[in-house]
Amino acid sequence: MSSLQLASLLPWLVSLPLLAAIVSFVLPGGRSCRWFCSAAAAIHLSISMALLLLIKRGMDAGGAVYNIGGWGAPLGIDLHVDGFSALMIMLTNGIAFILTLYGAAYFTDTRKQARFWPLWWLLITALNCLYLAADAFNIYVALEIMGLASVALVALQGTVVALRAALRYLLAGLLGSLCYLLGVALLYRSYGVLDLAALGQRVLSEPLSWAALGVITVGLLLKTALLPLHFWLPSAHASAPAPVSAALSALVVKASFYLLVVFWLEVMPSATSYHGLQLLGALGAAAIVVGSLQAIRAQRLKLIVAYSTVAQLGYLFLLFPLVGEPLHSGNSLGGAAISAIIYFIIAHAFAKAAMFLSVGNIQHVVGHDKLTGLNAIARYMPLSLAAFAIAGVSLIGLPPSGGFIAKWLLLNLAIDSGQWWWAVAILGGGLLAAVYVFRVINFAFNDADSQLGADGLFNTQGDGSTAAPRLPRMLSACAFTLAVVAIVLGFTAPWLLSVPGVSFPGAAGSWGQP
Amino acid sequence: MTQDMLYSICGLLLFGIGLYRLIAAPRILLKVLAVNIQGVGVFMLLVATAYPHSDPVPHAMVLTGIVVAVAATALALSLYCRIHELQAGSGTEP
Repeated sequence: MSSLQLASLLPWLVSLPLLAAIVSFVLPGGRSCRWFCSAAAAIHLSISMALLLLIKRGMDAGGAVYNIGGWGAPLGIDLHVDGFSALMIMLTNGIAFILTLYGAAYFTDTRKQARFWPLWWLLITALNCLYLAADAFNIYVALEIMGLASVALVALQGTVVALRAALRYLLAGLLGSLCYLLGVALLYRSYGVLDLAALGQRVLSEPLSWAALGVITVGLLLKTALLPLHFWLPSAHASAPAPVSAALSALVVKASFYLLVVFWLEVMPSATSYHGLQLLGALGAAAIVVGSLQAIRAQRLKLIVAYSTVAQLGYLFLLFPLVGEPLHSGNSLGGAAISAIIYFIIAHAFAKAAMFLSVGNIQHVVGHDKLTGLNAIARYMPLSLAAFAIAGVSLIGLPPSGGFIAKWLLLNLAIDSGQWWWAVAILGGGLLAAVYVFRVINFAFNDADSQLGADGLFNTQGDGSTAAPRLPRMLSACAFTLAVVAIVLGFTAPWLLSVPGVSFPGAAGSWGQP
Repeated sequence: MTQDMLYSICGLLLFGIGLYRLIAAPRILLKVLAVNIQGVGVFMLLVATAYPHSDPVPHAMVLTGIVVAVAATALALSLYCRIHELQAGSGTEP
């Protein structure tokens, strides 16, 4: 019974955001559109909450399947959900809800708003569809919708810099999804199926499946922006409007990472090798170091946050050696490693979204985000700065934040599996994150030669007003809420880590049988 | 060598040529063309996969792929035109 209820929720998660995209395209901008979008986001959030609770309440680890139109695989399109995808959907719609409220207050220009909403809902549609897709080609379609919607959202700013960044993002994204499609074509050629579950049963360790996994991996790495394929990320994430940057860093790059996990660990574990897993881990460790150093050197707030994303994405890839060691030696740390990484994804998503929103607030008021012009900003925008600092605590990994628990779990795994060198990367990355977070905070609290006070933007007039534009209360509230959630996550660890299906092994396919 | 094998290898070659030009080409328009050639390469591989079994599924995939390629190319060209307009307006050469 509950399996049926669960499956019947799935199509709504794709069709409702799509419907919202169409309606918001037709609705005249302004107040009615804002109310409609906030309501739509709340509905998506409650559906995904129901989904997660049903999964949590004792669904078997295999999850649930919905056959669209009753056709079923191999000919029809199936939607499939398990613990991992339910958590990702919950994360997507939870952050999207707050970003929708933020976006409603952020875009004051009705024309920009009219362009933003349809693209925004298409992006959410694509993300939900990607997490629910049960076949390899449907994933390609979701990837492309996601890519095109994100590019158009980056271009929303309309400046030459933003348009150039969008074009570069588009070309990189297209290359990524074409590589993925090539891999799918090779898989179809050898095994004649697209359904992921069926593929998982048939894939053998042979040259053609190695080649397929190779191109799929390169394509998805490009979309996930793992070093050295991260060249498009900083400019694209730094030149988008604040809610878009937040969504790109918090949600979009995680979607392609999710696919990497699905392909490497669920669908094709037999085609992976020990060295491949170690290589992904090494690239991740390099990304932590290089991304953090670039963030330390950057001169603009948004660039700092964007490079920090490059670094934090590196942590995600430590999953592969940590899960891979047990995979190839036969002990059972795999499930714990997956749980730790999902936890990391969630903690990073909230912290990074909070950071981008608070930087967006500063940019909204001051008009720029150059670090040197922001001395003493903490005095004038305390709430946004507090959000930035609290999110920073989670990024660095100080207790009791979500980031701390995630790093703690990863550290334990690195030690338990006898791979202490990954622990060095985890701890070093935390120290480097502390440097770039405190560098910003240092500027923000430094009262010396501030350009904002005495005769600057915040110079108080006779009647107590200043020249600075007023910040809508909703904007700082959204940034602050996200930052608080990033900390509170640290206290919900036992609940999150007990979602079934997150605790592999044996969740799907041939996983767990060395 | 069978006919479908020949077409498959040509498809992979086209993908490679497109990849090379995407990385090496100096101008944006050439890069957009290169991505399209890559796409054609993948489509050719899919059609060649379908040929020996008269399998309709890859054809459906190619059809969807073509729609995506058209949309993506249109987006790339409109971004390119917009950049061109803005730069012409500000008097700098693109």
